[in-house]
Amino acid sequence: MKIGSQIAMVLNLDKCIGCHTCSVTCKKTWTSREGMEYGWFNNVETRPGLGYPREWENQERWKGGWKRLDNGAIVPGIGTRARVLSKIFANPDLPEIDDYYEPFDFDYGRLHEAPESDHQPIARPRSSITGRTMEKIMAGPNWDDSLGGEFEKRSRDRNLDNTQKEILGEFENTFMISLPRLCHHCLNPACVATCPSGAIYKRKEDGVVLIDQERCRGWRMCISGCPYKKIYYNWKSGKSEKCIFCYPRTESGMTTLCSESCTGRLRYLGVLLYDKDEIQRIASIPSESDIYEKQIGIFLNPHDSEIIKAAGQCGISDYTIEIAQKSPVYKFIVQWKLAFPLHPEYRTLPMVWYVPPLSPIRSNFEESGKSTNSVIPDVESLRIPVKYLANMFTFGEEAPVKSALKRMLAMRAYKRSENVEGFKNKAFPEETGLTEQEAEEMYRYMAIADYEDRFVI
Amino acid sequence: MSYIHTLLFGIYPYIALSVLIVGSIMRYDNAQHTWKAGSSQFLGNDGIGPGSLLFHLGIIFSFFGHLAGMLTPASFYHHIVSPEMKQTFAITSGGVFGILCLIGLIILMLRRFKNPRIAATGEKSDKYLLLLLCLQILLGLLSIVVSAKHPDGSMMMQLAAWSQAVVTFRPFTAVEAVEGVHIIYKMHIFLGLTIFLMFPFTRLVHILSVPVGYLWRTYQVVREGESSPGIK
Repeated sequence: MKIGSQIAMVLNLDKCIGCHTCSVTCKKTWTSREGMEYGWFNNVETRPGLGYPREWENQERWKGGWKRLDNGAIVPGIGTRARVLSKIFANPDLPEIDDYYEPFDFDYGRLHEAPESDHQPIARPRSSITGRTMEKIMAGPNWDDSLGGEFEKRSRDRNLDNTQKEILGEFENTFMISLPRLCHHCLNPACVATCPSGAIYKRKEDGVVLIDQERCRGWRMCISGCPYKKIYYNWKSGKSEKCIFCYPRTESGMTTLCSESCTGRLRYLGVLLYDKDEIQRIASIPSESDIYEKQIGIFLNPHDSEIIKAAGQCGISDYTIEIAQKSPVYKFIVQWKLAFPLHPEYRTLPMVWYVPPLSPIRSNFEESGKSTNSVIPDVESLRIPVKYLANMFTFGEEAPVKSALKRMLAMRAYKRSENVEGFKNKAFPEETGLTEQEAEEMYRYMAIADYEDRFVI
Repeated sequence: MSYIHTLLFGIYPYIALSVLIVGSIMRYDNAQHTWKAGSSQFLGNDGIGPGSLLFHLGIIFSFFGHLAGMLTPASFYHHIVSPEMKQTFAITSGGVFGILCLIGLIILMLRRFKNPRIAATGEKSDKYLLLLLCLQILLGLLSIVVSAKHPDGSMMMQLAAWSQAVVTFRPFTAVEAVEGVHIIYKMHIFLGLTIFLMFPFTRLVHILSVPVGYLWRTYQVVREGESSPGIK
């Protein structure tokens, strides 16, 4: 068995308030340069909405990720190697700057220099590309912020497929999620596979996917290849750039900037050991809805003595194994099964996972929505439709998402029984297949979320 | 007059080719982060499809057509192909691909100069390069008109002799070979050499990085030992 190790991330969406602090710290450090004004290695988008770039999930249009052929092999969605090369002169699957937004600043000088007049002078927006005054700002990095705009447009969100769209458009039933997004540092990255120059690579030591700025020739196939649209073309340098998982920080034991600055303390960073030999097979399995479950199978138990031995033989250091044993990410993904990959159907086997958010009970469920024990509400009665979350995280399979939500509710009910009723009601965790100890640990990691528990690198 | 003639057709080719080779090596070695295709498609998709495709199709065929036509020694083919036939073939193929290339180039120039985003970005050399390439294609197409007056192919053989003499380091033979050719050809040669001279200083260098190796590469690329000792 060939064992790999990777730094992976889990984001607990239950605690995300959409403050964009992660995006801003990232931007200030890595992308506040000419050519990259429009690019956000980390962005937060309000959902339901079209995201950034607009409709990035519409793979019929962008052809990102992998597609499975009839013979069982997978090739990049934009085509075989020859097809990729044939698109080099003009890439038909390339988003334009307007699919993101035209970057702008404001003509602040006007506020100082305007001659005296009856009206207040205003600072008009100015394009960072042409330098000209813009008539109207057409889009921004989170254009659906706080459910801005008409529902009709916003409802083109593909995760609303197979939900009761019309009902969700009504004010009483509306809901929103903040979804922070960054590069997933996938196990089977489509950006690497579509780079004609071989400039994009995955680091063996920590799995970080990077673009060699010396070798990138700007053929711009990776932008189409990445289904998450997390590669940005720097129009000034003519090269592509992407999230570097703050490797200069992680190498010296610090966490990434987005995690460090997260006000909700919802990001977790830790090491996962995985079976390299399984990647190709899992990425190519016929049914997309199986990929989530199967990907968990790739991750290896760092406490297993056989695995420890094999990992040592593969050149993984004792230190890496030690921190893999303390990995919060392993707990969320493998032990508790609370975290999910974003769109596993893209077959890239992403390594940034999400804990789905709980939500209040919908008003029309308020009377009937509570289950018999009257503490844990039925997950069906939650305001955010399970189907919506399942479309995001499990290719529509509701059972795993429901199970995770139930476990989160059970942990709360268990701690409530302890603190309010004065006795630990172990029925709550046990009903959802958790032990008391696991519920306590979930509480420690999710509610207390100490710095040392969140980041083990 | 012959001094200049010797300079332009006997010495200038070597200057241009030297700058092309040495300049490219130096840029690749010292400033590879500037080595790129320089695509502006991201800032404006208007016409890039037909424009870039036609231009590249035309210029690639024209380039290899010139290479084969000019550098293949006559002894290789004169049993089978007469100079007349060769010229007819060259004029037809050169004409077709030259016109395709010109149409593409015009679309690309309209983009480069008219689209406010593309006009405001990119490098200065992008604009000069388009103008020079356009002039060069026009000269090439004009030379077809001149060639049509010499259907025997003799003029073409003279030009082939020039280029073969240049690449076999016989500058004086080269100078003699193009002594009497029409001014259009001379301008076409001079401008062509000038484009060679500019090559390492412009985005043209992307030609040297055609990623054919991708066809045989494994999809995934992994690098080892890059991270600092903190992580193992």
